[in-house]
Amino acid sequence: MRVLSKTERHRVRFVLNGEPVEGYAEPRLLLTDFLRHEIGATGTHVGCEHGICGACTIRVDGKAVRACLLLAVQAEGRRIDTVEGLAGRDGRLSSLQAAFHRNFALQCGYCTPGFLMSLSEYLERNPAPTEADIRLALSGNLCRCTGYAEIVAAALEAAREMATKPAG
Amino acid sequence: MKPASFDYARCDSADEALALLKEHGDEARIMAGGQSLMPMLNMRLVRPAIVVDISAIAALSYCRVEGAAVEIGATFTQGALEAWPEVGRRLPLLAAALPEIGHFQTRNRGTVCGSLCHADPSSELPLCLATLGGEVVLRSARRRRTLKAADFQLGLLTTAREPDEMVMAVRYPLARAGFGYAFREIARRHGDFAIVALAAICNGATVRLGVGGVADRPVVREWANLDAGGLADALNEFAWGLDGSDDIHATARYRREMVRRLGKKVIEEARRCAS
Repeated sequence: MRVLSKTERHRVRFVLNGEPVEGYAEPRLLLTDFLRHEIGATGTHVGCEHGICGACTIRVDGKAVRACLLLAVQAEGRRIDTVEGLAGRDGRLSSLQAAFHRNFALQCGYCTPGFLMSLSEYLERNPAPTEADIRLALSGNLCRCTGYAEIVAAALEAAREMATKPAG
Repeated sequence: MKPASFDYARCDSADEALALLKEHGDEARIMAGGQSLMPMLNMRLVRPAIVVDISAIAALSYCRVEGAAVEIGATFTQGALEAWPEVGRRLPLLAAALPEIGHFQTRNRGTVCGSLCHADPSSELPLCLATLGGEVVLRSARRRRTLKAADFQLGLLTTAREPDEMVMAVRYPLARAGFGYAFREIARRHGDFAIVALAAICNGATVRLGVGGVADRPVVREWANLDAGGLADALNEFAWGLDGSDDIHATARYRREMVRRLGKKVIEEARRCAS
């Protein structure tokens, strides 16, 4: 058992997008704020901070979850993936990101990291989704600009492309 | 929206968690998946002195058939139950209800037992437990006890759990041959809190209906001989007896109407499944 005092900052180490990172956090610090302010990984956005909007969706040990509903200290020893890890090291967009780009699936872009991280897990588990499947899967991500039609189109296009070229 | 400060304990066993509960009593809050507790911490609706994180206790992350029930441990997630290959055959009511709980991203962390402990009146898992007549296993450093669903959930966000107790597991009765099960709910958007949620179990002319989202806890009614002619009157009387109230989401009248209309549909669906 590890008991961490509220008055101290504690070292937190995990693997972020394949690279080890570390920083310091009080127990009450949210993982969103740790990623953005302690690590400097600002791709994960902060929306509602109570698990509704989906903007802060990241992957923890492969599972898409809300970073605003996790404490930084809970990330200790985990594998964390964020939107920064989707593109290749050469900057080439993933199939999913490229499909969002082609389909105008973002306007202001604030919600986009959450949509991408939700879909990155969902499409791994469901490689041949219907439009209804995608709409249900994305019900936990809110977008105030696009009206969703382009996002759904991008997700379906990415699924088709990933089915023929699984490495992307 | 940031939590007030608290000490944090990451437990590796139930004994560690129970020792902390004994020490801190109601100053402690158990966190399993955190999908209800974290929003409450962020909004400072709760300010515990210590958060007892049990999510890493691997020994409690299980789901297995035990006698006439499926026993689910304290850290088993809603997503894991949804993915359990036997859920459709063993727990058809839960198989129907699980996709309605939040979103897959919250089910990835949210636990079955955590939802029961949070005891929101509109939650799906407490409604299923009440309707199926399941039970909750509690433990403290000094004793172990088992409570029936109706004796566990006492009201709005209120359970019979003592401050030094932890819910170790829940037991959902297995589906029985000749019985049909159905679940429906209505919400403004998928994943929102249910305005009205309904769970039905039918066996011949016997009908059991559970309703969530109207009273301060799930309410279950059983009729021994309910034919098609008596259904409308029975549902109307049940709807009025729930004593719902108006709130920001819906009026009491709308909720009664949903109990009558969706109640009929969910009972018909359960009857079809039984035959």
